[in-house]
Amino acid sequence: MSHLLTLIKKELRELLTPATVLPIVLLALLFASMGGLTGSLEESVAAEPEIAIVNLDEGGNYSALVLDVAGQLNATVVFYGNQSGDVDDAIAKVKDEGAMAVLVIGSEHSASIEKGGHGSITVYWNMKGTGLMSSISTTPVELLLAVVERETTHALIQSLIEDGELDERDPRNITAPISYSSNTLLGDIVMEDIRPEQVSSFMMTQNFLMPLLIMIVIVMLGGIIISSMGQEKENKTLETLLTLPVNRTTIVSGKLLGSAIVGLLFAGIYMLGMSYYMEGLTATAPVDLGEYGLELSTLDLAIVGLMTALAILCALGICMIFGAFAKNYKAAQSLTIPISFLAVIPFFVVLFADFKSLPALVQAVLFIIPFTHPMIAMDNLMMGHMDLVYSGIAYLVLFTLATIMVTVRLYKSDILLTGLGTTLKSGPLGKLLRLR
Amino acid sequence: MDALVVRDFRKSYGKHVGVDGISFNVKHGEVFGLIGPNGAGKTTTLRVLSTLLTVSSGDMLVYGRSVVKEPKEVRKIISYLPEDAGAYKHLSGRQYLDFISRFFTAGDDRERMVERGVAIADLGERIDSKVDTYSKGMTRRLLIARAIMTRPKFAILDEVTSGLDVINAAEIRNIIKDMAKDGVTILLSSHNMFEVEYLCDRIALIDKGRIVAEGTPNELKRRYGAANVEEVFTKAVTS
Repeated sequence: MSHLLTLIKKELRELLTPATVLPIVLLALLFASMGGLTGSLEESVAAEPEIAIVNLDEGGNYSALVLDVAGQLNATVVFYGNQSGDVDDAIAKVKDEGAMAVLVIGSEHSASIEKGGHGSITVYWNMKGTGLMSSISTTPVELLLAVVERETTHALIQSLIEDGELDERDPRNITAPISYSSNTLLGDIVMEDIRPEQVSSFMMTQNFLMPLLIMIVIVMLGGIIISSMGQEKENKTLETLLTLPVNRTTIVSGKLLGSAIVGLLFAGIYMLGMSYYMEGLTATAPVDLGEYGLELSTLDLAIVGLMTALAILCALGICMIFGAFAKNYKAAQSLTIPISFLAVIPFFVVLFADFKSLPALVQAVLFIIPFTHPMIAMDNLMMGHMDLVYSGIAYLVLFTLATIMVTVRLYKSDILLTGLGTTLKSGPLGKLLRLR
Repeated sequence: MDALVVRDFRKSYGKHVGVDGISFNVKHGEVFGLIGPNGAGKTTTLRVLSTLLTVSSGDMLVYGRSVVKEPKEVRKIISYLPEDAGAYKHLSGRQYLDFISRFFTAGDDRERMVERGVAIADLGERIDSKVDTYSKGMTRRLLIARAIMTRPKFAILDEVTSGLDVINAAEIRNIIKDMAKDGVTILLSSHNMFEVEYLCDRIALIDKGRIVAEGTPNELKRRYGAANVEEVFTKAVTS
């Protein structure tokens, strides 16, 4: 039995290393955060409608029915007006309150239904973000409108039966008595005859490319540079390099810039392939947001390029720090996992949700991960969130400088050749992590 | 003139003491051997001298330059060949020598340096083959060529013939002899006592981080009443 225990202990010591534990912890954190995100989205689906109503048909039977239904569904009406001039105030209120939509009931709504035509309700959807799931918040209002339609149909049929006019009506106008038109509010822009899903879909085609590109390049480049450092150590070419008459800063910069060029080359090749793919997608896109100013200028593209280059430098800096601890090629392979996680986490989060609509804690975590910034850059530039763009650039520059400084220090220290020092290994953290 | 002065050098890794306050001198043009059992502190000493590791206390002066205060100046003087070192596998032998030469000189001088390296490596047409295709002996010859083509004042060679066959090891030893004749000061470590006796003007026996004996091979043989350096080594380490 003691032999078995000895063997089990040996296996545990072999397998429970920081390189194996860290990815699992990160994975658990990723699932926890995704769970929180999905939970908040589900809550928003199940939430009661929060709306503003501008009733230009005040006193009409069928507009009153809209208000009744809103009451029955416990809708929160953040603004109520009855003048056409109230529409702008209602929009402003909805944005301030973060409510879901403005319903404008047309002045001829009831009269038109009573005459056998369609009533009219114009919906201004308050789009809070451009992520995959941002349009889900429309569901409570969609439900309200469906109930309004059903109740209007019931009331209309009842009225027609009472008046004996049922056989004179077009059944299609009875079953679908209301004509809806949808406008979407995005930031300060009002997009007419466009639903939030269409905007999301268009923005996704624009915003999917960059995050995917960044993620692929970082994952691939991370593997290349860490493995190359592992190989340098295994072949002892690093020892030769470090004894040449050249500054350690120059060696670090050389490695960093050489790899950055490879990274940008990879990014360029992917960008080329993806742009053809995207061209095919946007050619069939139902809406063109360019007419609403939602397109990137040459300067915007240059900013995205700069942020991408800085993010690649950050990635390389992190890889070189990690690589410094890799004793050989095999050890280096396992160190690529944390880098991959750092690239995958922001990719998936920004794919499903808009950065600005995330909880503050998630925003903070994403902000700390440097790869988030180029991933959200295009969206921020389109939406005019320049505070995020500038702070992102500043953070990336600081992060790059910090990683270069740390890397140079590592290259000047014994750690590069000896691995983690005996002091650290024998300390409480070393014992906790079972550092070897 | 002293090429190397090691003063009370000590290196520890946390609580573990790798080298425990050693001092020795190497004269200009001398071949000095550092011998000792595994883990005695030989490679640590060579790595600190090569500015790869830092000292815990004490200092080493290479032609008057301190490894602590002037590591970059030391790197201009030395050439270090680690045990089991390799070269970049995707380069040819000539390309590797060319790559290294660029850190030392430029122009015609650089071309001459590469040609000197090619001549020392003596790999024939294979100098233009990828390093990946070289045998261990060929790689070692290339690396020795790399180490001495720059005409270093001070060469540091760690287990230079380790793992080589008899013929290759003999050729490498001859190259080292020629280096010494050209006035290069050499500090080497080796487990091969025959090699040490054949190559070294003086030797230091190191055990558990301390120098236990130092002198010429003949002096040490007399002191320990031994027939050869291997016997000296055994007696010094076990006494």
